[in-house]
Amino acid sequence: MIELLWSIFDITLVLLLLALAWTTCSTQDVKRAVTLFIAMGLLLAIVWARLKAPDLALAEAVIGAGISGALLLSAIKDYPSNMVSHRSTLIEGIINSLTLVLTILMSWAVWHGLNMSDGVRLSEPVISQLPVSGVSNPVTAVLLNYRAYDTLLELAVVLTAVLTVLTLNEKRVDYEFSSPLLQGMTRWLVPLLVVTSGYLLWVGAHAPGGAFQAGAMLAAAMILLQLAYPSRRQEFNNSLLKILLVIGIFTFLLVGLWMMSLNDDFLAFTPAWAGTLILIIETAATVSIATALTLAYLGGRPRGWEDTNRTSRSIAENGGAG
Amino acid sequence: MIDTLAILAIFSGLFFFLSGSIGLLRLPDLFTRLHALAKADNVGLALVALGVIILEPAVINDIKIVIIWLLVMAASAISSHLVARHALRENRNDD
Amino acid sequence: MISEQLLYSLAGVGLFGIGLRATLLHHMLLLRLLALNVCGAGVFLIFIAIAYGGIEVMADPVPHALVLTGIVVAVSATAMALALGRRLEALNDE
Repeated sequence: MIELLWSIFDITLVLLLLALAWTTCSTQDVKRAVTLFIAMGLLLAIVWARLKAPDLALAEAVIGAGISGALLLSAIKDYPSNMVSHRSTLIEGIINSLTLVLTILMSWAVWHGLNMSDGVRLSEPVISQLPVSGVSNPVTAVLLNYRAYDTLLELAVVLTAVLTVLTLNEKRVDYEFSSPLLQGMTRWLVPLLVVTSGYLLWVGAHAPGGAFQAGAMLAAAMILLQLAYPSRRQEFNNSLLKILLVIGIFTFLLVGLWMMSLNDDFLAFTPAWAGTLILIIETAATVSIATALTLAYLGGRPRGWEDTNRTSRSIAENGGAG
Repeated sequence: MIDTLAILAIFSGLFFFLSGSIGLLRLPDLFTRLHALAKADNVGLALVALGVIILEPAVINDIKIVIIWLLVMAASAISSHLVARHALRENRNDD
Repeated sequence: MISEQLLYSLAGVGLFGIGLRATLLHHMLLLRLLALNVCGAGVFLIFIAIAYGGIEVMADPVPHALVLTGIVVAVSATAMALALGRRLEALNDE
């Protein structure tokens, strides 16, 4: 009986997910598509929770539905409702049939792979090394100890994306209206979000959580601030932003090189210090990710970003106030 | 006994969620839909949270669930207000 | 009945197919971007479905870490694509 109920639940969830994906992808209205996409992100978070992936459920809810939703909604702000022309029916038919064939082949491949698997799970090696890794959450151990190099490169990817955003555009001109109700709620919510972000960062060592969820929640707090207090003459401290952007990778590299000098291997943590080192790296990564995602939401460089170097250099060239 | 109470609470919460969703689909206007969604979903969430609190033994988790419920209510109220305000502004500009 | 691993893996494959079809058929950048993200969600679902071991057994944590990385990279790529799109529109308007 219980098995049957679980099966009904699973099948309903899967059907709902596929239906949402289909309507998201086949609608022509941009606003509708973005809204459905955000809803699909939240449903995906429920699916992660069902599949025993609580870290992922947290990350999907904050990053996939929250930050991604804010990014997309601010991007469609200026879109008029478009009428889209279709391709010719022949090409459409070819694409449809090719995609269907590919899907069928992939389904066969997945089924075959699942049947042929020898049942070796990586959970045993992970759990057996967990006492030496410095944390007790297996996902954090994999992310920041066993495969720390991947996380370092991931931070580099995020930085590259933000650099692209910064070099291409200037900060988007904002929606000027803000409600006093929103401002009042922001005054309560932003401290709460900051505390929750710090909690997620701390608890990632022994329960679901970690640097990425915490960083994204901090970015969500900053986005909320931006929405509640928009101001055309806003001045950011650009030097501080630049430092905060790179401090994640910088700390990670420093720790890796220090461990290389001690243990002859890049990012090989000494077991006694592993927990502390992971916490330091995670804190720096949280700050970096929050800055990166906030800048990505803002849409480009804030005012005066490229002028900080130019003004100081021009003053030096002109010999002072001359 | 405890379990039946919790199941009753969760199912009545689900009924409120369902009615809110039906209201979202069937009602004619933005404002009526907002009304249905905000009100029904808040009550539904309260009932589901009550059911979960009955089932949960640890007190600290019960406090967390209550805080979550309050935050979701506040967020739902604020966002409904913002949507309605924006729609009202647009209607005024369309006149 | 069908095992959960197989069910969710096939759902992931379905998501990927839906997203792929929409990526190839749409004209507007934003709709293609959304469809690509749906493709990505499908791939993540396949990973996590394979990592799932059952309701009592702990799930395999290595695919979880990979998908966590994937989610962050996907949102960064979306931000970058949106910035490129905005710049392209500004250039087309000139």
